[in-house]
Amino acid sequence: MAVITVVRFGMLDARIESEVMGFLARTLDCEVQSGPVLPEPAGALDERRQQWMAIDFLKALVAAAPARGRILGLTGRDLYIPMLSFLFGQAQLDGAAALVSVARLRQEFYGLPGDDGLLLTRARKEALHELGHTFGLVHCPDPGCAMSLSTNLPQVDFKRDAYCTNCGGTARARLAALNGETK
Amino acid sequence: MKERWQILVIDDEEVMRESLAAWLREDGYTVDTAQSGLDGVSHARQKEYAIYFIDLKMPGGMDGIETMMEIRRMQPEASVIIITAYATVDTAITAMKEGAQEYIVKPCNPEEISMLVERIIKIKNLQRENQILRKRLTGQYEFRDIITKNPKMLSLLELVRDVASMRSTVLIRGESGTGKELVARAVHFSGDRAQKAFVAVSCASLAETLLESELFGYEKGAFTGANAQAKGKFEIAAGGTIFLDEIGDISPKLQADLLRVLQEKRFYRLGGTNEVQVDVRVIAATNKDLAEEVREGRFRDDLYYRLNVIEIQIPPLRQRREDIPLLARHLLERLSSECGKELSGLNEDALKVLLSYDWPGNVRELENAIERAVVTCRGRQLTADDFSFLAQAVEARTNFTVPAIPLQELEKLAVQAALERSSGNVKEAAQALGIDRSTMYEKIKRYEIER
Repeated sequence: MAVITVVRFGMLDARIESEVMGFLARTLDCEVQSGPVLPEPAGALDERRQQWMAIDFLKALVAAAPARGRILGLTGRDLYIPMLSFLFGQAQLDGAAALVSVARLRQEFYGLPGDDGLLLTRARKEALHELGHTFGLVHCPDPGCAMSLSTNLPQVDFKRDAYCTNCGGTARARLAALNGETK
Repeated sequence: MKERWQILVIDDEEVMRESLAAWLREDGYTVDTAQSGLDGVSHARQKEYAIYFIDLKMPGGMDGIETMMEIRRMQPEASVIIITAYATVDTAITAMKEGAQEYIVKPCNPEEISMLVERIIKIKNLQRENQILRKRLTGQYEFRDIITKNPKMLSLLELVRDVASMRSTVLIRGESGTGKELVARAVHFSGDRAQKAFVAVSCASLAETLLESELFGYEKGAFTGANAQAKGKFEIAAGGTIFLDEIGDISPKLQADLLRVLQEKRFYRLGGTNEVQVDVRVIAATNKDLAEEVREGRFRDDLYYRLNVIEIQIPPLRQRREDIPLLARHLLERLSSECGKELSGLNEDALKVLLSYDWPGNVRELENAIERAVVTCRGRQLTADDFSFLAQAVEARTNFTVPAIPLQELEKLAVQAALERSSGNVKEAAQALGIDRSTMYEKIKRYEIER
């Protein structure tokens, strides 16, 4: 059984999903499988904000999560929680589900010409970041580590699509335990 | 160490408070939530939080401002961030006037909120560091610096509190490293002599004549090199407290002198003819069984009874194991800030190692062990591996055959061996043996060991 299941919500470019899957399998050195395409949660859209409630997406992921292992959801929708104006992603700390929105990772969101390469790189970093939370990792003070907190794109672009030594150690230990459980 | 800073989110809307709490937890903070002003206040009554996020509009009889006022009444140092969806100048002004640190309008930019929290925590870290350093500098320890939940220790502290403002002599007994001086300082600084001097003297580290001049001072010309009159520790401590550590090691002559001071509150400086009168409270400490010393004729019984008016016996760390996690966390916090390392704590395995160790050197040994682990650790959390040296110490203790010789000779051998290993460095050798430096000097003197 795979350790990480990657799913996408509704209409999202399948290339992003396959890029993220391949990347996670290589980087985390574990089995990664594709799950079913999930419908966007009903009622998640806030008409006034024109944004989607991240918690509803996370709930849908938890419901779809396999008994063991982790689930990563990808969406093209712009996410929010009531307190914050937007989110790049969210995850359950030490839990099963992680969520990444690529809406604000696209150059087009800021009125700039599209850049697929850049979008995929950012998606890889955020996928690694949110999954890191499910491995129990909190934000890392090293701004180059994928677990550092990014609240804007320059911060996302600055960090690497890899964990620092410390975070990597914790993630590997957790993955090894998960590997044992899922076999 | 972000974990040590706790945040409380108070909001009546579940989605709002849980999503903010989850977001802050990802940042490494420990976050609790409360669903009303009243609930928030009762949380604050039980625990001190570094930051309170309080929603302005809450039903149930207590709005955000009232909640904040109540919390700040209990914890004037608390930082409050008021959250509101209705940004009006009026409420902002009221909130700030009543002491809110910040005022944010939801929805708020994640960058803004993370910088805000970071800024407040940075100030809190500096304040705490300042507090620690100041305390180190002045040595003004109080009861709350004695960390314990052990019933014996708690009743001991109760006793200490009761006797703090009395003039009675106190005798503190306990093994090396149990914190005898810390308790003595607590007695002094929580009594009515706190504003006066606390003078500590280690009776074991000085030769008899030196100790005499150290305690009582001397007149000009009392001995070669006495070029001017000098005050002794008793005079320096006038109005305050003198702490005589290792009292069991003083000579019969000094025992007689000390008895006189205790009885008559007066003494002569060395070589002096005028009596000096002082009001000094005496706190003595020893790791010896003084009653036994009296029976053996090595310690004057009249002095013993004078000193032993109030006896405080500090239990060794192995008899208060429940304090190990508390102490370990406290020491880790202090030492990591002193070493400039950001550590998130101890993991469970590390704690297991600490709990199963016997700590012959008591709290001081624990402190040394944690300092060593903080300095050498590579991760952000202390693990069992960082304490592997303790296992080696246990092994070294169990894996050798003890020769059947008198105990005192065995102790002499141990002291000699520790000194050899440390190339004569007394501090290092004392640390290795898990004893106080003054105890080490005393043993060197007693066994006439050459350094």
